[in-house]
This record gives sequence, C-alpha cells and structure tokens, in this order.
Amino acid sequence: MQEPYKIEHRLAAIRPVGLRDLLAAAWAIFIKDLRSELRTRYALNALVLFAASAAVAVSLGVGFIGLRRSEEYLLIQSALLWIALLFAALNGLSRGFVYEEETRTMAALRLAAPPIAVYLGKLLFNLALLVLLGTVTSLLFIVLVRIEVGSPLAFTLVLSAGGFCLATATTILAAIIARASFKSALFAVLAFPLLVPPLIVAIQATALTLDTAGMALALPAIRTLMAYAVAMFVASLMLFRFVWEA
Amino acid sequence: MDIRLIAHDLAASYGARTVFSGVSLEISQGEVLVVSGANGSGKSTFLRLLAGLQQATAGSVVYHYADRDWLPRDACPLIGWVAPDLALYRELTARENLRFFAEVRRLHLHDADIDDLLEQLGLGGRGDDRLSAYSSGMAQRLRYAYALIHRPPVLLLDEPTVTLDVRGAEVVDQVIARQRRDGIVVVATNDPRELRYADLLLELGR
Repeated sequence: MQEPYKIEHRLAAIRPVGLRDLLAAAWAIFIKDLRSELRTRYALNALVLFAASAAVAVSLGVGFIGLRRSEEYLLIQSALLWIALLFAALNGLSRGFVYEEETRTMAALRLAAPPIAVYLGKLLFNLALLVLLGTVTSLLFIVLVRIEVGSPLAFTLVLSAGGFCLATATTILAAIIARASFKSALFAVLAFPLLVPPLIVAIQATALTLDTAGMALALPAIRTLMAYAVAMFVASLMLFRFVWEA
Repeated sequence: MDIRLIAHDLAASYGARTVFSGVSLEISQGEVLVVSGANGSGKSTFLRLLAGLQQATAGSVVYHYADRDWLPRDACPLIGWVAPDLALYRELTARENLRFFAEVRRLHLHDADIDDLLEQLGLGGRGDDRLSAYSSGMAQRLRYAYALIHRPPVLLLDEPTVTLDVRGAEVVDQVIARQRRDGIVVVATNDPRELRYADLLLELGR
C-alpha cells in the first residue's frame, strides 16, 4: 500500500489549537450543519411549520382584537409573538445535538473537533435558524395577526437580542439533554428557569416597540437582554467541555 | 517520534456490573495489541476508554508522544478509531465527510489527497456519493478513511473486518502493516483469524 497521506498531517493535528483554528473549525461545523439541514430539513420544517401554525391559529382565534389598540392589547400581541417564537425554538433548536446523538455521529465529532469549536458551530447554526424563524414569524404576525410595528429598528433589535438569548440558552441545554432518555421533558424543565426571565423582558420590550415610543423606551430592555445573552454565552463556553465529555 | 501507551489498573463498570478490572499493560511503537474475549467481555469498552470516549471506573491511561504525556480526553489528535458504532454523516458525500473532518482537525487537504485516500481504501470513484447510498462494507472502508486522514500514531480497531469482503480484509491487512511501522495498533475482535495480528494479546472475561 502506498502512502495515501503525508506525515505533515500528523504534525498539523497535534499542534496547539489557536483562536483562528477554533473559529475555522466552528465555521466548518456550521457549514456542515447547514448543508445537512438543507438536505434533510430536519429542523427547518419543524420550525417554519410551527411558526406558521401558531400565526394562523392566533389570527383565526384572536385576530379580531386588533380593532382597538391599547397597552394591554400590545402586550398580548407581543406575548403571542414570543410564545410562538419560544415554542418553535424549543421544538427545533435542540436538534443540532440531538440529531448527532440519534444518528450516532457524536463520537466521530468528539474525536475530531475541539469542544469549544463544536459549541460555537452549533450556536452559529442555531442563530441562523433563529434569524430565519424570527423573520418568518414576524412577517406572519404582521400579515395575519395585524400587529403594527411603531419602531421597526427597535423591534428588530429586541427580536435580535431576545433571539440571541434563546440561542445561547437552548444550545447549551441541547448539549446537556442530547444523551438523556426523556429529551423533550428534560429540555422543557431545564429551559423554564433559563428562558422565562429574558422572555418577560423581551415581551415587555417588544410591546414598547409596537407603540410609537420606540427606541428610547426599549433601549434598557435591549441592554438587559444582551447582557443576559453574553453572560449565558460566557457560562456556556466555560461549561461546554464538561457537558461534551461527560 | 515514537509513541507509547501505558494503561494502569484499568477497570470499567456499567452500574453494579464490573466489565473488567485490573488491566495493566504497555504498548510501544511498532506493536499490535489484540484484545479478545466473548461478547460482553468489554472489548469495545476497552477501546472506548483508550479513545477517551468513556471514562474508566478506576485506573489510568496515558499516551507518551512528542515529549509529553497525553490523557485520552486530550489525545484525540493522536487517535484513529474504527468501530461498528462509529457513524459518519449519511446525508453528506464521502468527500464532504472527509473534508469536514480534515477541516475540524486543522488539516489542509486537496481534493487529490482525499481521492488518493479513497482510492487506497477501495472507494475510488465513489467519493461524490452520499453515504446513504453506501453499502455496509463501503461504510466500513470509509470509517478507515476517517480514522487515517490525520495519520494518527494510534489506531484503535473494533471488529476491523466486520462487513468487509475479501478485498476489504486485504486492505485492513495493509493498513495494520503500515501502522505497525508508524505507531501502535489495538485490535478488538472475537474472530480467531485476527489473532494473527497480535504482538501482544489481552483476553478479557476470563
């Protein structure tokens, strides 16, 4: 048998992992997940169908309350939007890790990729899914539930910050539950204390952005959401290796 | 750079059941260890401990390579692992799989490198097929490509010829012969024909 590969490959594999290596590996994992997702529609269909079903159900069920705008009405619309986003996210975002476990590819990935790169790659993929989910759900709510956005920029920022919170929390939770027997139940139980606080802030901030008051009123909430997301991100980076290698 | 594997008083349990205990051994560059034993004797578990995919109940495993000691959990760059429960991405092609694993291992491979590796393992011309279209024997050959792509000094082979045809088994012979020159090999098997690879023999479950 001839030499099918070069000795430099062995040396490259054992050199210390730098930041650039980590980011390159994370990007490779993101691209791999994206390619797999586009071929299998494993999470995409679940997310979009759930968001569409929620928007249609809300529009048929309570769409008529749009006749009279009030503070409570804006809060209800905002809460409905975030409930749709939350459940779609819970339904779809855990699948990055769960899919690896179900298809038994986890071991291959564990042996090849640095743990932090795996976390960053999966987080990036979940963020991409959430951008899509947030866009689809918002458009559906604007069209079907007739929500009127008073400050589009503030609305987008609140959705982005809230989505970042959802993505950071669900990514680490998905890694924790991937090898558990009762994944869905465990995911819901663990998600409750982590997601309720940012969700309350996001609902109230989104309601503010539906009114014309806009950015000035929503800015403290956006800062709070970003602080939460960054704290969750840093904690996840520190914890992930223990979860991944458990 | 030579490699040495040292296991000391190694034990593995599942709940209250001890699979094996008190396993101590040392494998040096150029040696092949064959681990044999009946089903359930812990052969695959032993390999998973060496690969860092599972934690030992007691004892330790250390690789000595490049003037430092590596614990299994940090030794991923040193290890190539082939096992029946190793799955690659079925929705990707063989080439996409290998390119992905090369990228996360920080290797810069050209298409020609991947083609060469596939050709050596008898998968020439099938690199652009998705794994979902692969037979079990082809999937086993691709596991070898996954394990060898970074040219690891340690090759862990669990049931190395399972699902392979005669030609595939010959490829495994060649892989083991070359790895014997470049590093160490641990083979877990209950096929008596594969005992011929052994420089060292560990029989579990006795």
